[in-house]
Parts: sequence; structure tokens; C-alpha cells
Amino acid sequence: MKRREFLKISGALGAAGVMPGLLGGCTSQPLPGTGKVTTTPTVCNICFWQCAGTMYQEDGKPWKVVGHPDDPHCRGRLCTRGTGGIGSYEDPDRLRQPLLRVEGADGQEFKPVSWDEAFDFIARRMEAIGERHGRDRLALFSHGGGGKFFRTMLQAFGSDAYAHPSFAQCRGPRETGFGLTYGEGVGSPDRTDMSHSRCIVLIGSHIGENLHNSQVQTLTEAIGRGVNLITVDPRFSVPASKSRHWLAIKPGTDMALLLAWMNVLINEERYDKDYVANHCSGFDELAAHVQPFNPEWAYLETGIEPQRIRETARAMAAAAPATLIHPGRHTTWYGDDTQRSRAIAILNALLGSWGRPGGYYYQEKVKLPKFPAPKPPKPASDWKAVVQKDFPLVSTGISNVMVDASIGDDAFFKGWFVYATNLPMTLPAGHDKMEQAAQSLDLMVVVDTMPAEITGYADVVLPECTYLERYDQLRNKAERTPTLALRMPAFEPRYDSKPAWWMAKGIAGKLGLGEYFPYQDYKEVLDWQLKQVGSSLAEMEKVGVKAFPRKTPVYMEEGKPVQFNTPSGKIELYSGLLEEVGQDPLPKYTPPDRPPEGYYHLNYGRSPAHTFGRTINNPQLFELMPENAVWVHPAAAAVHGVASGDYVHLENPDGKRSQAIRVRVTQRIRPDSIFMVHGFGHTDPRQRLAYGVGADDAALMHNVKIDPVMGGTGLRASFVTLKKTSEAS
Amino acid sequence: MTTYAMVIDTITCIGCGDCVVACKTENKVPEGLNRDWVVEATSGEYPNLHTEFRSERCNHCSHATCVYACPTGASHYWKDTNIVLVAAEKCTGCKACIAACPYDARLIMRPEGYIDKCTFCHHRVDDGLDPACVASCPTHCMHFGMLDNPDSIVSRLLRERRHKALLPETGNEPNVYYLL
Amino acid sequence: MIEEVLVTARHNPKIDPSLGIWTWEISVYLFLGGMTAGIMLFAAWAMLTRKQEVLAFAHDRFALWAPIALSLGMTTLFLDLEHKLYVWRFYTSFEPTSPMSWGAWILVLVYPVMILQTLSTLRRGYPTLAGWLERIPVGGWVMDLSENWRRTIAALAIPLAVGLGIYTGVLLSALSARPFWSSGALGPLFLVSGMSTAAVIPVMVSRLKGERHFFETTDVGLIFLEVVLVSIFLISLATGAAYHLEALDLVMGGPFTEAFWLWFVVPGLLVPMVLAFLGLRGYRSFGLLASVLVLYGGFMLRYLMVEIGQVSTWTDYAVQFDPQLLERLTQ
Repeated sequence: MKRREFLKISGALGAAGVMPGLLGGCTSQPLPGTGKVTTTPTVCNICFWQCAGTMYQEDGKPWKVVGHPDDPHCRGRLCTRGTGGIGSYEDPDRLRQPLLRVEGADGQEFKPVSWDEAFDFIARRMEAIGERHGRDRLALFSHGGGGKFFRTMLQAFGSDAYAHPSFAQCRGPRETGFGLTYGEGVGSPDRTDMSHSRCIVLIGSHIGENLHNSQVQTLTEAIGRGVNLITVDPRFSVPASKSRHWLAIKPGTDMALLLAWMNVLINEERYDKDYVANHCSGFDELAAHVQPFNPEWAYLETGIEPQRIRETARAMAAAAPATLIHPGRHTTWYGDDTQRSRAIAILNALLGSWGRPGGYYYQEKVKLPKFPAPKPPKPASDWKAVVQKDFPLVSTGISNVMVDASIGDDAFFKGWFVYATNLPMTLPAGHDKMEQAAQSLDLMVVVDTMPAEITGYADVVLPECTYLERYDQLRNKAERTPTLALRMPAFEPRYDSKPAWWMAKGIAGKLGLGEYFPYQDYKEVLDWQLKQVGSSLAEMEKVGVKAFPRKTPVYMEEGKPVQFNTPSGKIELYSGLLEEVGQDPLPKYTPPDRPPEGYYHLNYGRSPAHTFGRTINNPQLFELMPENAVWVHPAAAAVHGVASGDYVHLENPDGKRSQAIRVRVTQRIRPDSIFMVHGFGHTDPRQRLAYGVGADDAALMHNVKIDPVMGGTGLRASFVTLKKTSEAS
Repeated sequence: MTTYAMVIDTITCIGCGDCVVACKTENKVPEGLNRDWVVEATSGEYPNLHTEFRSERCNHCSHATCVYACPTGASHYWKDTNIVLVAAEKCTGCKACIAACPYDARLIMRPEGYIDKCTFCHHRVDDGLDPACVASCPTHCMHFGMLDNPDSIVSRLLRERRHKALLPETGNEPNVYYLL
Repeated sequence: MIEEVLVTARHNPKIDPSLGIWTWEISVYLFLGGMTAGIMLFAAWAMLTRKQEVLAFAHDRFALWAPIALSLGMTTLFLDLEHKLYVWRFYTSFEPTSPMSWGAWILVLVYPVMILQTLSTLRRGYPTLAGWLERIPVGGWVMDLSENWRRTIAALAIPLAVGLGIYTGVLLSALSARPFWSSGALGPLFLVSGMSTAAVIPVMVSRLKGERHFFETTDVGLIFLEVVLVSIFLISLATGAAYHLEALDLVMGGPFTEAFWLWFVVPGLLVPMVLAFLGLRGYRSFGLLASVLVLYGGFMLRYLMVEIGQVSTWTDYAVQFDPQLLERLTQ
């Protein structure tokens, strides 16, 4: 029963004076689609999944964007965020013109400048850094395709360092752990074959709340078929609610469960003996290693009853090899994340699921020749050997390590290009780090479509046009079917925004490096590349997506020997590489830190309505979910005297407080944990919708655990307590 | 009389809200108004829980109290079907239909003031297409079709699967079903 | 425990988070509509019983109050419409299932009878007005006609007035989607309340002690009847389905308890009944106070019924997010 306060009476009587206009509008709107409808192919860029779609316009106005039926990334349907993609184009808060930080009357301010001025400024600063410190001292942080153009420009200049925060703050442990085991990572889109799985195990992965399109589609397809779904999560997540087994594990003890499962599979001889014998190395060491970790031991750590551990292990074995122990995606949790991913990889190997239907399939992409351009010069130094020497197994940039290497007078990096990644909310305690880095750096260039916290630290802000307003690199990602997809402009760029290729080429021109961008218009590159594979830009502008015949098998060919890209050529259950660098060759369990009295494990995750913080200000998606809430178990709510709809500040043991956040009291979470969706708590008032709503989890992380193997930031070891407030968001 | 029904599988629905955004873009629903919405219903106590997601909208009732309440005939059945529409040019904005709907599925169009609601995308149905929400759902948990045709996907699902409708006790004879 | 929560924020104005489509405009209309019915009834009664001496006000002057009250009510009703330019659409069709359509057409019948009833009283009750009317070409003729047919018009007015009075309640009680309104007692209750609010007008303005006494006596009876009908209304909810019980709970311990009992039943029914009774004993000031409270109670009945009924619902979902935030979209 709804409870409306009686106070309304006086308010309603008072409202008598407010009378709607007597002559308010009249007729209904025409039915959708009765005007002149035009369509343009696109590739969505609301997240990194890059689904192909079709942008519809009616009478020259944006109408809708829908999934491309031939696209394996989206299988004909866009997700919530993709469907709301037009909001990113229409957002009135977009960056409109290049901005330069200048000294104004009231301190520093951003001055709108011409592109030419902006490029001049950047080029002069880059050259100054080159002269004073060396041309290898620039770093690129990028989350999105357009970063490649800046990379080309920076490599031409002499700087090779780059990082995607999606490695060290997200799936780096998984790629590293699987790479060490199988010689290759899981990739993106993930090579999970859930369409054919009979048993799926999700460990802390909340597919469905993270809306990676084909992942969600194949999982729900499997659920519809009645797959045996086992979900390990301290929270009754969406997939947990669809599971036959929800294992409400004590946070941080996943490794104990994984080891116990291995123990059961091996001791009950339920592992795939042929597969292990043919393709794996180090089984004996593994079998000996897991002996102490029986389900009774794991029970004490995880809180999951021994018989449930056995039951679930048997279910996995019964469905094998069509059993997928899902590798997860965001895996930077407790610092031992590469090792946990290794344990997951090993468990899959024991079940024989890698390379088998229902497990992990082999992906293939189109062999697309590179547009002819000069090779960049060799950088003056090997930046990885300097900056990331502690992490010899890592072949890409570790964003947090690179940020640390940008702080202080003797820092290695002197200039940054930041493309489409909001580092202050991406890195734990990112605001503090940015503050320090901004003091040290000689140049920070930020390229984005929206103003965000990161743009506040920039010397130069370059407004990029949205994906609906530009040509871009062809989407060519490894998938089940090799396909190319075209992103082309449906609209002229709004305001004075420009595509990334045009900016990078413009800066290169100012630096005298124009030869590295040997084209006037990126369309020339697209047409040339497409013609090399028997298509053309004209064809792709019509079809949007084109599939190419597959040349390699989707699965392992049974009975044939397989060469894995590991030192032994086998699946390495025991990792010699890890041993060489002084790390555990077999995964070990470390008990997690427990929260102090009155504090809770800080768990965070995704919402299907938003891509991190990037879409909060998108009007269509803001409308779906305008703030985040903190999930609290009723027992914890009682302790702190809070109810659903109240607002609290979250406070970590260092006394750091979050913005006010709304409480949701729910049974769907362990009493020792709280949960919140990541990406809220924006502090930049230029995002008028997103400003000041919800709270930012990243700012609360006080106990960041660095992964000794891949250098990433374990983000799930922090604790918070609740402080009731009368302040709403 | 043709009866169109929507059948939504709560087993595969993840509550992502794509249906809501798809409806808004397809039908150009103004900001701040919604013709459909998603509900999460959780029962039980930790750790023995059940959570159900439901994409909800007008039920296009066979016995639509809103149509009966309308004083001008603006709320009406489309052609010879159960699809309930509002003819804006007949609507006075008296809101009797809003009060008459037990599902709170109607809204006041902004800025014009006539009453608006889910149309089952009859403009698409006319072209043989599924409503926009059904056509966009990434989990394929939504289905649409004619109940009168025993071979339609909706008839088949209702025959084969356990299901419910919302508030059948109102006597409105709703035509949006939820598979359990 | 069952937690039903909206996953996608929904904030349709006047519908979420709880229904607020009808406010003071409708309450005023229902109040004045009921009062109009009462006026017509008492005026007709005086005419049919030829009480022009004893009930002089009711016989000669009361009828004019009806078109004034109803027209005011129609104005607030119009103010409530969201799509005002289309108000004429009420009269391009008759929808037999729609109480509101019935109401619209009842007004078409009520208005001419009410006007004729008024005209039949003008020469005696309002000679100045009648004088003006004489100067209009057919004015005198119409007044002659209505005076000649006064008793027939009065006889016609009675069923129409009863229809109008009951309709103001049926308008709400026909909306089964709002459990608090789902009671057959609402029609009679609104009719009796309307009569009661009409009856206090002569108590306040009539110059004849006898007439005042007659209406005071009548009003005591009507208020008593109203108390009975309110009880029946509550009992009908108490004996209903779960949704009705939940709706009843709104005034029996729920958030509207204080408003219903302390702001309506006590000051709007019980106190005026006692005061009116004392007024009968000759305490005129008590009678006047009772009359004011009856008017207040009549309005509060409509206001609370409209308010509480909208809050009672079959569909009730908690919100996860502050719906006010969505107003940023339209700012």
C-alpha cells in the first residue's frame, strides 16, 4: 500500500494557483516510421563490445539504433546501453570545442581555442619534453579504438608506452593467468562457448548485470535450455537468481573453493584423464599440491558446506567437457588474481573444456592488411624494462604503475595523452593520484566526448565526436565467425568535435610527422583495406557487416596433437614461467583480510543501464538509473538504524567518506558485505545530470592489493561502514 | 476478434531494461515518461531466495476497465483486437482511465496533455513485426503473437510452460503473461 | 519477505510514486455537485408541498443557488482537464459503461430543468433579477411558462437531482482499480452528504425561524444518516478482499487515520450533529457553527475520498532511486 503523507493537502491547495495553460497543445503525434526513414550502419561505442547496428533517422531526426542481424557480437540485438546510444550524440553537456588551460583573472581556467592553436600548443610541449627529457617520455592511456591513432602519432614521435586500464584494473589477471596456462588469453569478446555448455560456473561474475551482449545472450540461451548454472557470489546476483546452486561464499575465499574443487575432481578421479594426459603438463605436481585442500578444509574458509562443494564438483564433471568454469572479466580483486585465474584455467583443463564445445572455442579474425605507412623509429629506451621491471611477464602497460612513474621530479613520464578513459574514477583513489601526476607532468592531453573528472586535470582538452558522427577503424575482432563491421557517420559532428584520426593526424602534421598518416581522409584507408579482402567501402556502407569464411577449426580436432603457445607446448598446470620469476608455480590460497567490527566488505559491480561512469549523463540511460544505491542486508541495516530510501555516507577505516548514497535493504546480499554499482559520484558539474548523484566506490579503496605477477590493483579488499545522513544525493 | 498476447520468460529475463529504452526510442516517448518498466520481485530470506524479473506494461486487457471508464471513446480497442489505444483527438485528459487501470500503465503526455500508453507497437504489428521491446530484448525472453492461432509462439509457450498473468483477480483479463 | 522494487526508474508525473491525478478541482466539483443536488431537492420539495409560507427561502430563493454552485463546480472540473481544448468531446459520444459519460449527459438534462426551476422562482424571490429578465424578448414568457409548470418541473428535478447526487459518488466507486473506492455505499453517501451541505444554507440565511428549525431538524437526520453510511462504507471495505482490507487500513491505523477521524469524522460529522441538536434546543449560535462544520465536513469527505482512494492501489512497487532526480531531465 502506498503511503502518501497527509501533508499533501496543504501543498495541493497551495498548488491551486498553478494552472496548466488553457490552450496547451492538441493533436497526437504521427505514428513512428511514417515519415522519410533513412538508415546508416554503425558500430556501437557505448561500451567496448562494439556491436554492429543500424542507425535510423526519420525526417532527418535521430530515431533509433538497433542491432545488426548478421553481427555475431550482438546477434541482431543491442543491449540497453546500445539502444540508448543516441543519448550520447544528443547529450547537451558534450565537449564542444578544444579547450586550453590558461591563467585567468581568477586563477586557472579553460579557454576555448581553435584546433590549430590546440595542436600548436601540444606539438610545442611535446617537442620541449623531447628536448629536455627525451622523446620516449610520453605515455598513452586509452580505452577505446580511437587510441590507436594517438598511438601511431606517439610512436612516430618516439614514445611507445601505452596502457589500457582494462588490463590492470580489469581483465589483466585473467589474460595473464590463462596466458601462462594455455599460451593465450581469453580475449574480448570472451571465447566462452556458453551456447553449448551443459554446466556453467560463474565465480563472482555477474553476467546480465554486466551487459556484454553476446555473453549475456549465450548465457541466457543456456539458462533457457536448463543449463546447470553454479554461481559463486557473496550477493544473490542476477545469474545467482537463475542458478541451481548459489554458493554465497565468504568474500575473498574463492581460491579455497577452486582448490577444493580440484581436490574432489582429482581424488574422485572425475577429471578428463585422456585430455590431461594428452595436453597437460604438471599434473602430478598439481595432484600432490591440492591434497590438503579437501572440502572440509574449504568449508572453514568459504562457509560452503563440504557436501555442496562435492555435489557441484560432480555436476561439473558430469557435464564435462561441456562445462565452462567462466574466467570472469573484471578479475582484479584481492591481489592474488593472476593465481586465481590460473586456478580457474587449471580447473577448466582438468575438465577438458578448453578447445571443446561448451567450453572455450577458438576464435578467428579477418586477416586485414595494414595501410602502407612508414615504420615508426625505435624508441630511445625500453620503457617497460624501466617502468615495469618488477613485472617481467607483462607485455602491455600497467596503468597504475605508469601513473606512479609519472609522479615526482625524477618520474619517467613527462607527458600524457588520455583517450576516453576517466582515470580518477578508474584507478583506486584516482583523484589523489591524478592530483600528484598533474603537478609533475609537463603535458596532459585529454581526448573525450564528455567533460569528466580527468578533463579537469588536462592542459588541453580535445572534443571527440561520437561514434555516430565518424568513420573509424574497421571492427575486426576475433570471434566464432570472422566478420568486419563498419562504423560510419550518421550525422555531421555536432559543435566543433572531430574524429580521433583527424586529431592525431593534425598533431603529427605540426610535429613534421605527417608521413605517418599518408591519407587525407580515413575513408581512403578503409577503402584500401576492404579492397584487399575483396570488399570495398561502398559495399560496407550498404551492408554494414560482412562475414568471411573461417579458415581454422572452431574446436580442437579430437585425436590430433595440439601445440600450445607455452614453453612446454602443453597446457601448463604447473607453471615453469612463474617459478622462474619467483612466483608460485601452483596457485596457493591466502586468507583474505576480514573487516573490523561494524565494517563490511566493499563489493561493487556493474549495472545493465550504464557503462561505468561514462553513460551516467546520457539522458536516455540516466532516466533508467539516475543514481546508485548501496545494498545492505537487513541485519546490517538494523545495526546502523537505516532503512531503504535513507541516505548514508560510506566510510572506510582511514576515515575517508563517500558522497551520500541511497540505501537499499535487501536479502540479496551477505550480512558481512555491501554492494554498490560502480561509476556514480561524479564531481564534475559540467555533467549536469550525473553531477553529485550517487557515490564513487573507487574513492573508498584503502587496501589496494597489487598483484605480484601482473601488477594490477586488487580492488575488493576494502571495507566500509555506514554513517546515516539527512543529505540526499 | 483477434487477441494479441505478450509472453515474457521470467527465467531468462535479467531485468536489463533494454525493453524500456527500445520503447522510448521507437515511440519517441518524451524524457521523463515511461510506457513500460521493469520490476524485480525477491521472496524468501537469505540465503534461500527467489528473484523474478518482470518487464511490465499495459496488459491490453480483454476486459479493459480503462476503455470502459473513458467518457468520450478516446480509449478504444484497435480494429477488432484487444490492443487498447488512445485517440488523442478525442481525449479530454479527464484521467478516468488512469484511475481505472489497476496496473498504473497510463501516463499523461507531455506537453500536450492527452493520455498515452503502450500500444503494443500496433504500427509495427500492422507490418507483421514484433513490438519494439520484444524485438530488442537481448535475452530473447519476450514473445509476441496471436492467442487465437494455436501454432503461434505465444500459444505454444502458454500450452507448454507454467505461467501467470498479473492481477487476474481484477477481472480485467490481462494479455501479458509471465512464464515461471 | 517479499521485496518488489522498480529496476528501471519510473516517474510518470501524477502517477508515480502514487496516483495524484485528481486534487482539489475534483473534490470541489464533487462537493458542489452534491450540494447542487441537495438544493434542487429541497427547492423541489418546497414547491411540491406548496410550502411558500413556511419554507419561503427554500421555495422562492434557494433554486438560484443550484446553477451557481454547479457552474462553479463545472469550472473546477474544467480546470482539472489535461487536454482542455477537447472538452467538447464529452458531447460527441455517449459511453454507457463510463460513469463520467453518464455524468456529462446528466448535466445536459440537469441544467435546463435547474434553470427552469430557478426561473419559476425569480419573480417572487429575486424581483430585481426578474425585472431585468422581463426586458429580454422572451424573458417574461419563459418565466410565465416555468411558473405555470412549476410543480411539473419540480417533479422532474427530483430524479435528476438524485441522479446527480449519486453520480458524484458512483464516479469514484465505479473505479474498481482503486480499492478504497470500491463500495456501493459511496453513491448514497455522497447524495446524503450533498443534501446535508445544502440543508445548512437555509439554516444560515433563512429569515424564518420555522424554516431554520425545519432544516436544522432535517440536517440532524441527514448527518445521522451520513454517519450510518460512513459506517456501512467502512464495513463494506472490512468485509472485502485483501486489497480492500489494505485500503481500509489506510484509515484504520494507516497514514490517513488521523486525517479521516480527527479531521473529518469528528469535526465534520459528530461535532456538528451534537451542535445542531443543541441548536434545535434554541442555541442559535451552535446551529450556525454546526452549519459551517457541515460544509467543512462535506468538503473534507470529498477531499479525503479523492486523496485516499488514489493512494489505494493494486500495484505497489518500491523505488530504488530517488525519482526526483529524473526532474533533472526536464530542467
